[in-house]
Amino acid sequence: MTPLLDLSHVSLSFAGNRVLDRVDFSVPAGAVVSLIGPNGAGKTSLFNCITGFYKPQGGAVRFDGRETLRLKPNQITQAGIARTFQNVRLFREMSVLENVMSGMHCRTSAGAIAAILGLPSQRREEAEIREFSEGCLDFVGIAEGWKREATTLPYGWQRRVEIARALATKPKLLLLDEPAAGLTSGEKEGLIGLIARIRDERGISVLLIEHDTGLVMRISERVSVVDHGVMIAEGSAKDIQTNPKVIEAYLGVDDGEDALAV
Amino acid sequence: MAGGLPTRPSAWGGLTDVLDTSAKRRFALFLILAAMVAAPLVLGTYATVILTNALLYVVLALGLNIVVGYAGLLDLGFAAFFAVGAYTVGISTLEFGLSFWLALPLAIFFAVIAGTIIGAPTLRLRSDYLAIVTLGFGEIVRISARNLRATGGASGLSGIEQPWLFGWHISTPLDFYYVFCVLAVLAVFVSVRLANSRLGRAWLYVRHDEDAAEAMGIDRVRVKLAAYVVGAIYGSIGGAFFAVNLGAISPESFSFRQSVLILMAVILGGMGKIPGVILGAFIVILAPELLRDFGDLRLLIFALGLLLIMLFRPSGIWPARGKG
Repeated sequence: MTPLLDLSHVSLSFAGNRVLDRVDFSVPAGAVVSLIGPNGAGKTSLFNCITGFYKPQGGAVRFDGRETLRLKPNQITQAGIARTFQNVRLFREMSVLENVMSGMHCRTSAGAIAAILGLPSQRREEAEIREFSEGCLDFVGIAEGWKREATTLPYGWQRRVEIARALATKPKLLLLDEPAAGLTSGEKEGLIGLIARIRDERGISVLLIEHDTGLVMRISERVSVVDHGVMIAEGSAKDIQTNPKVIEAYLGVDDGEDALAV
Repeated sequence: MAGGLPTRPSAWGGLTDVLDTSAKRRFALFLILAAMVAAPLVLGTYATVILTNALLYVVLALGLNIVVGYAGLLDLGFAAFFAVGAYTVGISTLEFGLSFWLALPLAIFFAVIAGTIIGAPTLRLRSDYLAIVTLGFGEIVRISARNLRATGGASGLSGIEQPWLFGWHISTPLDFYYVFCVLAVLAVFVSVRLANSRLGRAWLYVRHDEDAAEAMGIDRVRVKLAAYVVGAIYGSIGGAFFAVNLGAISPESFSFRQSVLILMAVILGGMGKIPGVILGAFIVILAPELLRDFGDLRLLIFALGLLLIMLFRPSGIWPARGKG
């Protein structure tokens, strides 16, 4: 079966510095895949190549049967890839619900004239945007405080609002950039359950970058390890834990700094 | 609001906190409309002319508010769209004998074209560069109007005919006052409808965080262009009625100073807040009139007042939601 997302030989450099070096990587449909590696290994850069924020100099990215390398970020979201950010980036001065409603933008179409005239189709669409967004908030376990300014919520809640917002784009693949960072251990348990439900109940594949290896090993079908812009290992959680290359990258046999960073 | 859809309180600023029930809100709306109808009958012709001008600025400021307040694009050349509307009406009625009501859609059409021409290539720029480009665009339009034969050169166009509407010749200051009342109410209505729509929310998303908005599948260039074009339409409608009200237009009506004055109305009252912008427009027009007794000092006092307001209320006079 062809994978949902397939990267081949993706290379990215900034001003001559090679950030990603001929990376091959794939995410099968219906799976939770994790991307791990020391700080600065190129994980977020890889995310940005997938979502169109960076344009790799070489290689190919295929998603859901189409080439996405040359698409703009909004077109890639429309194609079915949603993401969250490493540092939560909710829209300031807007309510929780309004934040989530942004996800439905690319699935709806009413324009200025329909809004000014208040056409029935536009009203229906507004109701649909609202309902679906509320459903996404319920799904991530936020049942109240929808009118509150999103950025005033506790950090763990903001992370969940961000996931709800990504779900509101009706994605086929969800990219989570360090979703457990800054969460309490109780919240991490909740996150593990949520990711499993996203896959099982909504049928959305999940690709996550995460430093909490315990969490990664528990929920991932597959784990890929990137170091210095090179994919050094790929396999089941168990294989990865015993892979000598991975141990070397993490313990930093030749580079003491990385070990501290993990 | 009808249909039980969410209203976006931020567009109304603190007003929704005070007017929490729709009955109270309807009553307040009724009072405002009654005051608008009665004002000229009480105040006399001179005040009516000034109020008409203030209402024109309400329309222009609400248009610029969509660009600056909603979409967060700094536009220093807004008077250009005002000029496009005024000159389109002037030229097409004087030269081609079109009726005003045919010239008006033409003015809107040209404003859309002008907005797209200036917007499409520049809206990829960061906001501060955009300010410079729009400043240049404003000057290009004014200087073109000054030097073209069709626009009447430095002396402009005069003798623009006042329009008829179903047998009513809109001619006296009072007539124009009521016409501008209707325009201002329409401008508010459209602004509210847009603010509570998918497009209105998209403007705010893009203003707050372009990258996150793009990651949500929003085409930022397209959304910004829509703001620009809607703003241009407001400007051109204002300009069209301005031309028939005065009967004469000249390039100096559309100077950089004009753009700044409209921008001041937006910022003074509070960007993105409709009642704030209306208040701003009234202050910008009425304050210099009320200070007439001070003679030469009036602009100085006005400027000092503006500085103080900006020092003590940097986000505008109108209170933000939840904080007022």
